[in-house]
Amino acid sequence: MQDFIESVVAQHGGQSTRLMMILRAIQDQYRHIPDAAIGTLAAVLGISRSQIIGVVEFYHFFHRTPRGQYDVLISDSITDRMRGKQELLAYLSEKLGVAVGSVRADGVVSLDNTSCTGLCDQGPAGLVNGLPLTYLDLARVDALCERINARTPLHEWPPEWFAVSDNVLKPGLLLASPISAGSAIQSGFGRGLSETLAEIDQSGLRGRGGAGFKTATKWRFCREEPETERFVVCNADEGEPGTFKDRVLLNSHADQVFEGMTVAAAIIGAQRGFLYLRGEYLFLQQKLLAILANRRQSNLLGANILGFGFDFDIEICLGAGAYICGEESALIESLEGRMGIPRNRPPYPVSSGYLGKPTVVNNVETFMAAAAIAVKGGDWFAAHGTEKSKGSKLLSICGDCARPGIYEYPFGTTVRAILADCGADDVLGVQIGGPSGTFISNQELNRTVAFEDLATGGSFIVFNNQRDIFKIVQNFSHFFAHESCGFCTPCRVGTALLKKQVDKIVDGHGSAGDVVALEEICSVVKNYSHCGLGQTAANPVLSTLQRYPERYQDKLKKISYEPGFDLDGALETARRMAQRSDAAAYLAQVGEDHD
Amino acid sequence: MTKTFTIDGQAIPFVDGQTIMDAALMAGVYIPHLCHHPEFTPHGSCKLCSVKVNGRICSACTFPASEGQDVVNNSTELNGDRKRITQMLFVEGNHFCPSCEKTGNCQLQAVAYYLNMLDNHFPFFFQTRQLDASHPDVWIDHNRCIFCTLCVRASQQHDGKDVFGIAGRGMNKHLIVNAESGQLKDTDLQPDDKAVQVCPTGAILIKRTGYQVPIGQRLYDHRQIDQVSLAASGSRPSAAFPPSLAVATEGGHHEP
Repeated sequence: MQDFIESVVAQHGGQSTRLMMILRAIQDQYRHIPDAAIGTLAAVLGISRSQIIGVVEFYHFFHRTPRGQYDVLISDSITDRMRGKQELLAYLSEKLGVAVGSVRADGVVSLDNTSCTGLCDQGPAGLVNGLPLTYLDLARVDALCERINARTPLHEWPPEWFAVSDNVLKPGLLLASPISAGSAIQSGFGRGLSETLAEIDQSGLRGRGGAGFKTATKWRFCREEPETERFVVCNADEGEPGTFKDRVLLNSHADQVFEGMTVAAAIIGAQRGFLYLRGEYLFLQQKLLAILANRRQSNLLGANILGFGFDFDIEICLGAGAYICGEESALIESLEGRMGIPRNRPPYPVSSGYLGKPTVVNNVETFMAAAAIAVKGGDWFAAHGTEKSKGSKLLSICGDCARPGIYEYPFGTTVRAILADCGADDVLGVQIGGPSGTFISNQELNRTVAFEDLATGGSFIVFNNQRDIFKIVQNFSHFFAHESCGFCTPCRVGTALLKKQVDKIVDGHGSAGDVVALEEICSVVKNYSHCGLGQTAANPVLSTLQRYPERYQDKLKKISYEPGFDLDGALETARRMAQRSDAAAYLAQVGEDHD
Repeated sequence: MTKTFTIDGQAIPFVDGQTIMDAALMAGVYIPHLCHHPEFTPHGSCKLCSVKVNGRICSACTFPASEGQDVVNNSTELNGDRKRITQMLFVEGNHFCPSCEKTGNCQLQAVAYYLNMLDNHFPFFFQTRQLDASHPDVWIDHNRCIFCTLCVRASQQHDGKDVFGIAGRGMNKHLIVNAESGQLKDTDLQPDDKAVQVCPTGAILIKRTGYQVPIGQRLYDHRQIDQVSLAASGSRPSAAFPPSLAVATEGGHHEP
């Protein structure tokens, strides 16, 4: 083990900042991070055991006890649930003889849930040993169980099980006219870097991750920092449930994304860049590495790029199952080999980011757009969209519609028009911007996708009238509690309390005052949390409560007092210990005051 | 010329680089806090020190002071929400004040009293947490840890050691120690380390000293935490802490 770890560390230049990649290699080799490896790693990298244990325990894809030879994770996104994920998971668990969340006694297989895998257009989906499984159904699950029980190696499984399609159904401004490799760098230097930054400014481009900070302003702040070592980071930690546009951009337009990073680097004066790729997109890694190698061959990366006297290169760092790393400062922490905990701000990453140096972090789609703007100019881009939201937006459309996939629209397009395109005619509402965004009802379909109305990083989930809003809210509340990094009190405890309170009401144990109590928790979590995760974690409750207050009230029992918990449910442990299941061991749950 | 900002209308002088908390403590204004200690890098995690800066909620311990800021600190709304955050800490762990040897010397308990917390308000989580009594002189009761990381920071920044760390995510967060066995006895921790003294709750305790100071004579038995905290910082009159009391309160004299 010592030799293996030393060789892995050597491959990563002995740098503790590469801890995520090093741990990934160890996890692949031993199916967990053995205690002995932690000690060795601490010694070899010269960091503390507690840092390594902290990282291992923080990320969902790292484990301190062995996983099965086949580690199966099923995506628990609301869209997977809508396509029958729960029944499939129960069936899989029974067929494989392994409980969800555990490893089978023979060590062959382990099974668990995982947060949205970015395959909502082709779910129910999952991962086996990190690789995507799409379009799961009972027949495929049967065949899959056979192969697992026969210990058939993954490379002998039918390749179509792993096939991930792009599903680009409506290309627009960016997707319809990709630029050729090198053209943005040529244009950028040809026009002059300051002039190119002015074009980006003129374009009105705002960050595509959802927050919408003006890209040119961010780049200018970074460029003007006195510190000369600077970095460019591409945030490909697309974790918002229902989003999968970056998966498609990196699968089919990675050259243009890398080109955008290169232009950004030239403008701000960076020599190193990182693509932080979410762990769920492991299947893209080899392809992306090949594209990077190809760009080096073509002198689009490396030393003296295209003879302009500019050096720049890009490394890939894989995440390991942590939604919070989509927050830029948590992402930077992760890039440095630490737990993904958002930093205190100020200082902002533009002045103190990776290794404390000025760093620009942008979304995949932002770099894609920036490259196109570098070639075609700011006016070309600004001619589309609205006054405050220029250009186009890629939407990942999924849920109850006939044609889920990628759609690109100019900003300002109405939800109604989008629903018509994707074939959604029975609509209860739409979740725009994922769980952290907004739920709109079918009374609001004339609203538009734009920063000034409905902002979204790309997630667009359609629900039909058969859907139960409480199941949606419950899934989202569980998601946030699972993904809270735990740094600050209001989010760590508050999201767990929200989950409890939502469960109580949805499961029919709520009584008078429980909706008010729910609102109160929402308010503390929203107003006092450290970062965007906590600040938006109450949105699913708040946006549905605002629209359907009567449905919440209807869920409550008509009793005037408030049992703090389910009385009968609380006796379950006692019943189990006493091995009793007779009628007298059950409490008739608190009776209702009337009727 | 001195720069100033205001807290609840009172002018507070500051120098560049100071946080709102630094300046407030020096000016004798108490802002409730648990994870903050003036000797260590601010952490900003407990959120008790949330204040409104020009209308926006910020953590006073990490937010830089700047000229002309309008800070709201002692408002009904903020104190009400701070009480809720404190109650969150109480229901998350397993805090039984009457049977805890830290009672009367505990900052969590004292902040709760200061905020007029009279019940838990939220349902308890009743999490299963461990004890580590392996060390000859110091023990950890994880039931009472609030993840303020003061011990982590004190060990690194004051003691020149690296005894503690935090691992896990969300509600699974937990305090760990840097030893292969995972046990405190296998670290180089000593009872007079700052990391031991600085614990604001009863999570890290020195053995065989718990009841040396009787209840009724403890740090917060007769004074609220705001008085103790302000006395301990900056303009602290030395007479405020007779040495006998300071020694016997297990580090209560380190209270910021």
